[in-house]
Amino acid sequence: MKWASPFALKRAGILGMNRRNVAYIGQYNKRSLYPLVDNKLKTKLLAEKHQVTVPRLLGVVQQQHEIEHVAELVTNFASFAIKPAKGSGGKGILVITGRDGDDFVKASGSVISQEDVKRHMTNILAGLYSLGGKPDVAIIEELIEFDDRFDGFSFQGVPDIRIIIFQGYPVMAMLRCATRASDGKANLHQGAVGVGLDIATGRCLNAVQFGEVVSQHPDTGKALNQITIPYWTEMLELASTCYDMTSLGYIGTDLVLDKNKGPLLLELNARPGLSIQVANGCGLLPRLKHIEKMKKRHHSPAERVAYAKAAFGQPLAGNTASE
Amino acid sequence: MISRVPFYTIVVLFILAGLGLAIARHAQMEIPFLPGAERPVWLVEARIDFNAKNEPVLVSMDLPDSPPGFRLFTEQAASPGYGFSVIRHDGNRRGEWSIRRAVGPQTLYYKAQFLQASDIEELPEQTPPEAQTIDWDGPQGTAATQLLAQAQQRSSTPQSLTRELIKLLNQPEPGQNAALLLQGHTEADLLVKLLNQAGLPARESQGLYLEDARRRQSLSSFVEVYADNRWLVFDPKTGEQGLPDNVLMWHKKGVSLLDVNGGSGSNVSFSIIRQTVPALQLARAQAEEHGFGQFSIYQLPIEEQSMFKLLLLLPIGAAAVVFMRIIVGVKTSGTFMPVLIAVAFLQTSLLPGIVSFITVVALGLLLRGYLSRLNLLLVARIATLVILVVFIIAIMSIVGYQLGFNTGMTITFFPMIIMAWTIERMSILWEEDGPKEVLKQGGGSLLVAILAFLAMESKLVSHLTFNFPELHFVLLAMILLMGQYKGYKLTELKRFKAMVDRA
Repeated sequence: MKWASPFALKRAGILGMNRRNVAYIGQYNKRSLYPLVDNKLKTKLLAEKHQVTVPRLLGVVQQQHEIEHVAELVTNFASFAIKPAKGSGGKGILVITGRDGDDFVKASGSVISQEDVKRHMTNILAGLYSLGGKPDVAIIEELIEFDDRFDGFSFQGVPDIRIIIFQGYPVMAMLRCATRASDGKANLHQGAVGVGLDIATGRCLNAVQFGEVVSQHPDTGKALNQITIPYWTEMLELASTCYDMTSLGYIGTDLVLDKNKGPLLLELNARPGLSIQVANGCGLLPRLKHIEKMKKRHHSPAERVAYAKAAFGQPLAGNTASE
Repeated sequence: MISRVPFYTIVVLFILAGLGLAIARHAQMEIPFLPGAERPVWLVEARIDFNAKNEPVLVSMDLPDSPPGFRLFTEQAASPGYGFSVIRHDGNRRGEWSIRRAVGPQTLYYKAQFLQASDIEELPEQTPPEAQTIDWDGPQGTAATQLLAQAQQRSSTPQSLTRELIKLLNQPEPGQNAALLLQGHTEADLLVKLLNQAGLPARESQGLYLEDARRRQSLSSFVEVYADNRWLVFDPKTGEQGLPDNVLMWHKKGVSLLDVNGGSGSNVSFSIIRQTVPALQLARAQAEEHGFGQFSIYQLPIEEQSMFKLLLLLPIGAAAVVFMRIIVGVKTSGTFMPVLIAVAFLQTSLLPGIVSFITVVALGLLLRGYLSRLNLLLVARIATLVILVVFIIAIMSIVGYQLGFNTGMTITFFPMIIMAWTIERMSILWEEDGPKEVLKQGGGSLLVAILAFLAMESKLVSHLTFNFPELHFVLLAMILLMGQYKGYKLTELKRFKAMVDRA
């Protein structure tokens, strides 16, 4: 049998795309607030105001003619990331990890010329990666120096942590590890490995690639079930703060752990994907309904995180990744 | 939680309004629900023969004028060399044939199709007619008075008087008075005179018995008596009251049936055939007569109508896209691009359409591969692609034409701008997500386009959308409902299958 019955999915508490759109995104995310998360530049400025740590902004390119000066802009930085401010799904993110003379080295190791970088920026400005093809701006960010403890968990790129925040409560989390198949990107549908994380401890629950359970990273061979995220509580609180920052009821927060700065907020997503359920081997619906049924909500992020840890943490016995 | 009551009320209202209007229009305008539905009609052909006397000819024939129980559907005259026109005079319709000069035997035809419609009744007279005064010559006057007295004695109402008179005139051995009167009169003629003498307005009319495949028929006489504020019809031979269902009232006395100037020996005969015509054609012909008809698309010029035919199909395509994306969960490149491709398929037909679509996109992707090296601004790149797509289509048309495929020409129906955008999107998709995703989304778009095409091409669907545009309210309600669908997509049953198995 290749198809699951819809009743079985319902019993497993799996949130489907339609229900997510109608009952959660449509109901809890006010349309007028979308620009705060759809525009990474706005998110960054807002985060700084709320003392949420973010990667340092190196520069913004808003006009076509400014692209000519990019070379000067980035001379002082060996590594950086160029992102479209209104990009979605990780599209249009160019990660430069080093220099090769005048050329640039991409995260994948391939070398691209200055012209290629300029063309990429031109595309960003023209709106190729933005929703609806609207003109966009390119932001240049400091590249995260990711924590040594994640060495081997990701093939190039940065392993990032996606936490779903519902009404300010962290409900589910996963670590996304780039693979050779995903070209250094952390999107599950492109072949990145998703590692479900226990809300209480930040410990690995389950790891999947292309929907199949894996126990090792496909490129580095590192055992994935040994992962425990450091600074877990800080991360959850950082993510939870994003609710107060944006007032959006249902968001995906993407965090990274920087070697020097600790947890950083990379970006927010008002339409977080559903793969996180596959990575956790667990449906979102029971947890979302749990929050919806709560009569009294907690005010501070710290209280909300403590509550979520108690409510959604999984006992060790339920660890399925060790199978 | 916002109350769902207004939403479902609107949905139900839309469905009721759509279906209600459609049923009302079906009932009133007789628009058929199924394409190709047919209704029986009677084709009556009147043939006029006469000898022309080598002088200007004017032939005038009385034409049926809203006969009770029938509706005139079409009429035409076939007569070589003659001018023909229908003239209305004093509420009477006459057909007039004219020619400057004619010699010898002449034949003129008048053809009309009649639809049997029981709801058509004769309009009541605005001013009640009055009985005519009758002058008899000599002994006939006495005979008439005596006959009338005899009948009046045995009757009480105009109806019974008429019946008694008919009985007296049709006895196997008519009495002296009847026999005398019948000399020089037909029964109908005599009856009309007698009734008028009795103070009852009466007239003779002529009708045609409609029977399939009859030739050389002539009109039968009927007598009409005005009583109880309407004309009552009697058969002067049998005394039967009421017009038989299969009699088409052709001609009312008072005016002549046929006048021929410039000819002699004239004669009219009728041929009758039972035919079927598309019910839709009937409905359209009648559209003007009804209140609903005023707001119908049939009132537009034909050119606009055919444009609307296509426009009204678009919602079907849109609904197909909504269904495939929300319920099934197919990924497409560009939300409604598949609908536009499906519309193009309507022009090209399916298989040549698919082949040329794939060829254009594949060639476009090849050329786009080179364009990406030129480092063009997006708008310029799309514009370049538009021009390239035009070239590709032009070359394909020419090559196709030379090879003898006339389908080569029809690919010009593809929306160029949409094609250019499709190529651009797919090219980006290829660079970012690899060829597998291109195949997935391209295939998804094509699949949805084919399904939308099949839905739009269906005879029943195009019939219903065009003739019952109000059914779009129902479609709208369905789309609204799908927009609220919170269940799983079909593809999600597969996507999350492994999770259920593990649990």
